Amino acid sequence: MFELLDIPRVLVDPDGTAAGPDLPALSDEELRELYVHLVRVRVVDERMLKLQRAGRVGFVGSTFGQEASMIGTAGPLRSTDWLWSGLREGGAALMRGLPLSEYIAQMYCNSNDTAKGRQMCNHFQHKGTNYPSWSSVIGTQIPHGVGAALAAKRLGKDEVHAIYFGDGASSSNGFHSGMGFAAVWKVPCVFVLIHNGWAISVPADEQTGVEEWTDKAEAYGMPAAEVDGNDLLACYGAMETLIERARAGEGPSLLVVKTYRMMGHSSSDDPTVYRDEAEVEVWRQRDPIQRFESFLVGRGILAEGEGAGITTEITAEVDAEIHVQEAAPRMPLRSLVEDVYSEVPLHLREQYNGFIETVERHGEAQPGDGAFPL
Amino acid sequence: MANMTLIGAVNDALKTALREDPSVLVFGEDVGKKGGVFLATDGLQAEFGADRCFDTPLSEDGIIGTAIGMAMNGLKPVAEIQFQDFIFPAFDQIVSEAAKLRYRSGGQYTAPMVIRTPYGGGIRGGLYHSQSGEAYFCHTPGMKVVIPSTPYDAKGLLLAAIADPDPVLFMEPKALYRAVKGEVPEGHYTVELSTTRNVREGDDVTVVEKAADMAAEKGISVHVVDLRTLLPLDESAVVEAAKKTGRVVTVTEAPRFCGYAGEISAIVAERAIEYMEAPVVRVTGFDTPFPNTLEHHYLPDARRVIDAIEKVANF
Ligand SMILES: Cc1ncc(C[n+]2csc(CCOP(=O)(O)OP(=O)(O)O)c2C)c(N)n1
Ligand SMILES: [Mg+2]
Repeated sequence: MFELLDIPRVLVDPDGTAAGPDLPALSDEELRELYVHLVRVRVVDERMLKLQRAGRVGFVGSTFGQEASMIGTAGPLRSTDWLWSGLREGGAALMRGLPLSEYIAQMYCNSNDTAKGRQMCNHFQHKGTNYPSWSSVIGTQIPHGVGAALAAKRLGKDEVHAIYFGDGASSSNGFHSGMGFAAVWKVPCVFVLIHNGWAISVPADEQTGVEEWTDKAEAYGMPAAEVDGNDLLACYGAMETLIERARAGEGPSLLVVKTYRMMGHSSSDDPTVYRDEAEVEVWRQRDPIQRFESFLVGRGILAEGEGAGITTEITAEVDAEIHVQEAAPRMPLRSLVEDVYSEVPLHLREQYNGFIETVERHGEAQPGDGAFPL
Repeated sequence: MANMTLIGAVNDALKTALREDPSVLVFGEDVGKKGGVFLATDGLQAEFGADRCFDTPLSEDGIIGTAIGMAMNGLKPVAEIQFQDFIFPAFDQIVSEAAKLRYRSGGQYTAPMVIRTPYGGGIRGGLYHSQSGEAYFCHTPGMKVVIPSTPYDAKGLLLAAIADPDPVLFMEPKALYRAVKGEVPEGHYTVELSTTRNVREGDDVTVVEKAADMAAEKGISVHVVDLRTLLPLDESAVVEAAKKTGRVVTVTEAPRFCGYAGEISAIVAERAIEYMEAPVVRVTGFDTPFPNTLEHHYLPDARRVIDAIEKVANF
């Protein structure tokens, strides 16, 4: 049944002062850690954009401006819960346990990449914390999350499935079937709609006629809430409530997270063609990291100026890892035909062997590239 | 005449159609203000207004489904699917609806519409920004499938597709968008659908390519045929070209099994086997998803095409 849940939209005002008494029960140490995660997302993002401009990595979908929406909502998930991701949730994966080395290897699509360099950049995965990568096809992960949540329910696994997607994806087939099935089956999942204002160049209000995005939940029959996505603690608090509902068997819900995509859609996009810089400026004043930093400083959890030191430290850590991944070799050519099936079938071994003959003749084969036994 | 890239010619064709025919509409994801992710629709909204060139919600199923309704009721939709890899949410609307509407209604209702979509590899797009899905649509009676490989053909074929009474999938080889330039006439002209083009005259081996013109110089005189329209195919042109040299190589980027190259082999086997001096050889992608970092090994590059040409020439 639809219900607009009584969950505060804002917990920390833009100037960093707490707006309400209902802050999530987090220790100073935990709050500090969340801050470090926020900073790490931004640093990694900036570094990747630099590498993209230098031609070292192919593509970057920046999260700049959306860090709190991601870290805040993913914060209360357990590592046994699942996070179904879209383009921009890589930072949440880092927080939940994706090693930085694997993150950067994925950006380089090199032989250290757990997906064997097969996906474009920005398609992270981490099996250890239940984080499958998205395909690239918008919205397809939404029903996957619902099906996996049904599996959890049937198999008696104590899991909640957090299903992330954007405002654009809310028009996809996957959204409609995912929301419908989840409501009928009452599965333990939370739909996390990251409303960042844009789907490439299409503004969010051209995806739907509704004004309140939480209304979407009414059509399918599940409760909803909306939060200020630039308020880390509001995101955390709201998600904590929805996760607990799901875990207690009360079924799915929709969380609308309002934030803003500060950069272009990706490194290939020039947003100045289709949007007003004045709008971006307004959101620049609402920076989620600054807001949380002011809050921490105000509470004495972080010293004035300490943030800069944390940034420097993380930057050094990221740069060191970049050097390691720069040096990693490409995947062996055999990986071209592996993992299509559980075993490489005869016809693919034959295709590969014919191909490698040509490669060898041109002197381009490396150790490990050789023919398959037939 | 103006010297244009292939994508420039697509843009010019769309402008020509919008200017000439008020029922033509151009729509899809990001085609409006942004002018498309590859800029194929650059400037159209500014020139013709947001009623004629507009963005849609993010649903390919919606884009094609509504295009069919528009076409049934007097408009001339030219829909863009941002990458051919993202056409599959609309597969049902294309295969079950657009392609079969004329047949199932006994010709009472039709869906004259064009679906433009960039396809193919060579841009480091990984497995969801690189595919060549022509075989799915060529296996769909009722559809027409067109692929241009020069700026002249791109404009002429697109205008012919827009004028065509049946639904046309217009696949644009994105790797060639800015890689080829050529003279393109101003204003309206068409290149007739279902006609092939001889790219290069030669006597020793016939190479049937769907798009890329690959170099082949090793003292073997190569006759290169660009099919231009995959469905309906000008079969007799393929047969004549095969008879000319008696040796045929077919090149596609798509996976081999059940692919378009196999169809050409079958046509040659059925209609020209007595002229053949060597087996018809396919040079294709592997029967795997499209790779990412190793894409240059997957693509049938000049190296592999020349190997095949030598193989059939020396058979
Ligand atoms: C089915 C499909 N259609 C089109 C695209 C191209 N595309 C990639 S991202 C994107 C916009 C996504 O917008 P949104 O869901 O709001 O996510 P955001 O990028 O804002 O995080 C589009 C149209 C795609 N990847 N998949
Ligand atoms: Mg968005």
